[in-house]
Amino acid sequence: MTGREAAARRRALVCVAPTVLALGALTVYPGIWVLWLSLQQRIPIFDVSRFAGFENYGFLAVDPRFWSAARTTAVFTVGSVALEVILGVAAALAIHAQQRGRRVALSLLLLAWAMPAVVGAKLFEWLYHPAAGLVNVALGRHSINWLGDPGAALPAVIIADVWRTMPFVAILCYARLLAIPADVYEAAQVDGAGRLATLTRITLPLLGRILLLAVLFRTLDALRAFDIMFVLTGGGPAGTTETLTVYAYRALFQTLQLGFGSAVSVVVFALVMAVAWAYLRLLRAGTVAA
Amino acid sequence: MRARARALADAAVVLALAAYAIPFFWQLLTSFKPEAELLRVPPLLPSRLTLAHYQVVIAQSLMPRALGNSLGIATLTTLLSLAAGVPAAYAVARLPLPGKRLLLLAIVASTAFPQIATVSPLYLLMRALELRDTWAGLVLVHASFALPLTIWLLAGFVREIPIEAEEAASVDGAGLVSMFRWVLIPLLAPGLASTALLTFLFSWNEFLFAYTFTVSEASRTIPVALALFPGVFEVPWGDIAAASMLASLPPVVIVIALQRFLVRGLVAGAVKE
Repeated sequence: MTGREAAARRRALVCVAPTVLALGALTVYPGIWVLWLSLQQRIPIFDVSRFAGFENYGFLAVDPRFWSAARTTAVFTVGSVALEVILGVAAALAIHAQQRGRRVALSLLLLAWAMPAVVGAKLFEWLYHPAAGLVNVALGRHSINWLGDPGAALPAVIIADVWRTMPFVAILCYARLLAIPADVYEAAQVDGAGRLATLTRITLPLLGRILLLAVLFRTLDALRAFDIMFVLTGGGPAGTTETLTVYAYRALFQTLQLGFGSAVSVVVFALVMAVAWAYLRLLRAGTVAA
Repeated sequence: MRARARALADAAVVLALAAYAIPFFWQLLTSFKPEAELLRVPPLLPSRLTLAHYQVVIAQSLMPRALGNSLGIATLTTLLSLAAGVPAAYAVARLPLPGKRLLLLAIVASTAFPQIATVSPLYLLMRALELRDTWAGLVLVHASFALPLTIWLLAGFVREIPIEAEEAASVDGAGLVSMFRWVLIPLLAPGLASTALLTFLFSWNEFLFAYTFTVSEASRTIPVALALFPGVFEVPWGDIAAASMLASLPPVVIVIALQRFLVRGLVAGAVKE
């Protein structure tokens, strides 16, 4: 190795040192610590602190509340991501087809995405108000208790989440649509392709890769969603909107079971990593095929 | 056929606009409605507009304090994560870094990291270091959480800069610091703006850590103060609407004035894989 190369490597190490330190201390170290915590029984208020092996995980396997939370997480994730993708693509296509008003439409969408989730949750709490909520008024003075009825609460939370995060999908797709050269469409028109054929044969395939990425990011976010249900319903009514993340949080900080709660959060962690890994494989396979 | 498709697209746009404009407008209207008319709907429009809710929020609630906390924490988070992120992104994009593949893998993996996974150990850490209720604690956690995406975005932007500029600087014998100061950062400015906006918004909006690591009311950030907004007998919907408006101010400014940078960062974050 020449002196120049050695100097460049030294420079590189100096440049990444703060990052490695920060990620090591505040991401990797807690990431390992949580695994260790999940193997313990730690209930500070009763002064309990002992090594428990896999007891917490054994309890989870037969814990009906855990399985109910897992089901809620699955329904929330699939429902919310599916709606976001369909509505997001539709919104992107519709905005792209307009000559005027694009900027206003984009600003409104971006605003819903950029403001705090808590603000969005408060906004929907008010829209869903049984007596004075705009939703019930629009439906003709029904007094449906959207957030208090066990049958309605999860769909209501999903709709609030879709409203807040669909713009992310729409904006990614819209940016991709802008990048498609006009002559692609002109060629299709010359070939006599109708609107439907143009959409299914040209536009949607060109959106494919960005959609896959949008679905990846949105799925990861939906799996770890917390703010929206914590503020809107707190996991209720009767636990119908309690996802794994909310269950983990309540076990950790409301019933103060640090070991057991950590075991639930390790499950969320593993789930998210498994999904990320599966998607990345899918993406890589797609790149090779394309 | 064409006319019908046109009309359909127009209708879809109008519907989508309404689905977003109406809730925003409703919340804005609520924040100016007299207390007595809040629960009497219809009529949809109030008989008069009042600033009472804003007066309550500004003079009697913890929101001004929370605004200050959030502004300080989000600004410091942004500065800290850029200060660590710019050199790291430069090293990843341009220098022969040992273990680069491992670092990149760690960066990609940690963008998928769920906050709930580390909230319990971080809570114990914050408690042990007595960093609960401090700006420093949240800034450190927010910055380290934002760092992977910051580096990812910035590395992409660094690669777009022609390498000749840096080479010229190194021929001139400029050190690393002055090369950053005079060559890299000026060329990187638009990318820095995009990255900074995303980091700022992340920290401004973040709820789970901010909620867990604050004990006293005075150290709450905006999302926490809003989520726990107190009511005496009933939920104070008008006050909450007014507080929501204040909490949305920086996002509104960013979306309207700096939209170009925001969209660029948003798209780059997803596409540069």
